[in-house]
Amino acid sequence: MNLPFAIIAAVIVAAATAAMTLRNLVHSSLAVAVAFGGLALAYLYLDAQFVGLTQILVYVGAVAILIVFAVLLTRGGEPPEKCIFSATWFWGLLITVAVFATLAWCVMHSFASRRDPSDKVEVTVKQIGDALMTKFVLPLEVIGLLLTAALIGAVIIAMREEKK
Amino acid sequence: MTDSLDQIFVTLKHWLLSGLDDLLKWLEVAPPGWSMPLVSIVLSLAPILMVFPALFAITTVLERKGLGRIQNRYGPNRVGPFGFLQFAADGIKALIKEDLVPRAADKVVHFIAPVILVITAFTVYAVLPFGRNMVAADLDAGLLFFFAVGAASELAVFMAGWSSRNKYALLGAMRAIAQMVSYEIPLILSSVAVVMITGTLSLTKIVEAQSTHAGLLPDWFVFTPWGFMGFTLFMIAANAELNRSPFDLPEGESEIIAGYFIEYSGFKFALFFLSEYLSMFALSGLGITLFLGGWNAPFAALDFIPSWAWFFAKLLALIFLFIWTRGTLPRLRQDQLMNLAWKFMIPMVLVNLVAAALWHFTGPGWMRWLTSGALVVGAYMLLGKPQFESKDIGKRTYRFAD
Repeated sequence: MNLPFAIIAAVIVAAATAAMTLRNLVHSSLAVAVAFGGLALAYLYLDAQFVGLTQILVYVGAVAILIVFAVLLTRGGEPPEKCIFSATWFWGLLITVAVFATLAWCVMHSFASRRDPSDKVEVTVKQIGDALMTKFVLPLEVIGLLLTAALIGAVIIAMREEKK
Repeated sequence: MTDSLDQIFVTLKHWLLSGLDDLLKWLEVAPPGWSMPLVSIVLSLAPILMVFPALFAITTVLERKGLGRIQNRYGPNRVGPFGFLQFAADGIKALIKEDLVPRAADKVVHFIAPVILVITAFTVYAVLPFGRNMVAADLDAGLLFFFAVGAASELAVFMAGWSSRNKYALLGAMRAIAQMVSYEIPLILSSVAVVMITGTLSLTKIVEAQSTHAGLLPDWFVFTPWGFMGFTLFMIAANAELNRSPFDLPEGESEIIAGYFIEYSGFKFALFFLSEYLSMFALSGLGITLFLGGWNAPFAALDFIPSWAWFFAKLLALIFLFIWTRGTLPRLRQDQLMNLAWKFMIPMVLVNLVAAALWHFTGPGWMRWLTSGALVVGAYMLLGKPQFESKDIGKRTYRFAD
């Protein structure tokens, strides 16, 4: 654990907490955008330039905008009157802690955590591109097909129905 | 001599750094290890923070003068010689005006929005090569950095519009985001053609790929069929991304007064203008880097002129183009705007990617000019012409101005 990582982690956790607890939904979605940005910083700090910049482009530039629009178009920006915590918050907390503990245990005992961090490899964008076009070309194509189907679905939903 | 003039700013920075080092040694002060890189970063960034706001100041006057000329009037002509000090008067006016914030506004978000806009507008300059060896951060994924940071400004526009608690501001923000999201796709995809040909996302390497000469013409990408089409689409998309006329619906003075920054006054209002113009320079600089050969001279005989002078000459030419477009074309309607993006620009830019691939795989010779060119021209004939030739509008008749 070092200082830059601690700062980035604190920003992410604070933004995520704010996203859950703020009463105004638009504020919450802006906090989510900050958390996305913090995650991008963490990637950049780990020398994963491509992933970090793509994270900003896709999540801050598109997903956050989508969330904000969804909030605006559904309920308006009025904060709720009653308490925002649900009655079963204790059980929710318990399940969350259990899930987190399981995941943490898995990560701590995984192959990745036992790897020696000193053998750092420089990964260029070109290498990522080559890998995507050769080794991972099938998953890439499948995702492309899926996204095209989603796009066509969105157009069909948005299309105005002809009155007979 | 020419080399030293070309590298004058790089030499100056190294000279300052070594001078500081010598001074510290002479004073027998041992600076901490992180301090010298920090000084180096500051020395790289300070020129950007000085030159581009100055260019903004000059451009505002040039734009108002140019628009005045186009509309048969004088433009600003009171402050300084021919009104060229108007920007100083405007700046002082903006500074001493009262900063009004609506009572119902979301104070924090209202304050942060222009700050984020200006920060993102400045940050993209980090990866632009202004001249030989003159780039603040030579990132391997420089192009991606540019678009990623640029995308973050959309959220700032939304924050400005939403936090003002004003219907016009929110309408303007909605329009701005719909427009920016739509036109970001052709903007990015038109530069992907260049990435395909050069095989790199680094902007310095893209400039290097255009530094050779083939016969009379330089090897700039704008002098290829796909490059010409890519550059045209890039400039149209950039114009829309910047919310400049004819794509100024988010601001539309006659419809929604000023759009998302209607509730801003004083220097915050000036910050919106600053960020808009900074983004204009940055996008023009990216267009130059991708298609117009970056800081390369057009002919080998003109290499004695320093590289940074070429960059700024091209930048001023593109700024002139933006001003000219603004003074010439009327504003689009919302449906026309969306039709242009989704029915013409995006299919066209996808065809352009195929044209670039054809150019790459056909190999040198006249064949690739033929195949790639035929594809681009054919796609324009099929996609563009039927849309722009409106059938129910007859020949224009003049009633009063005969």
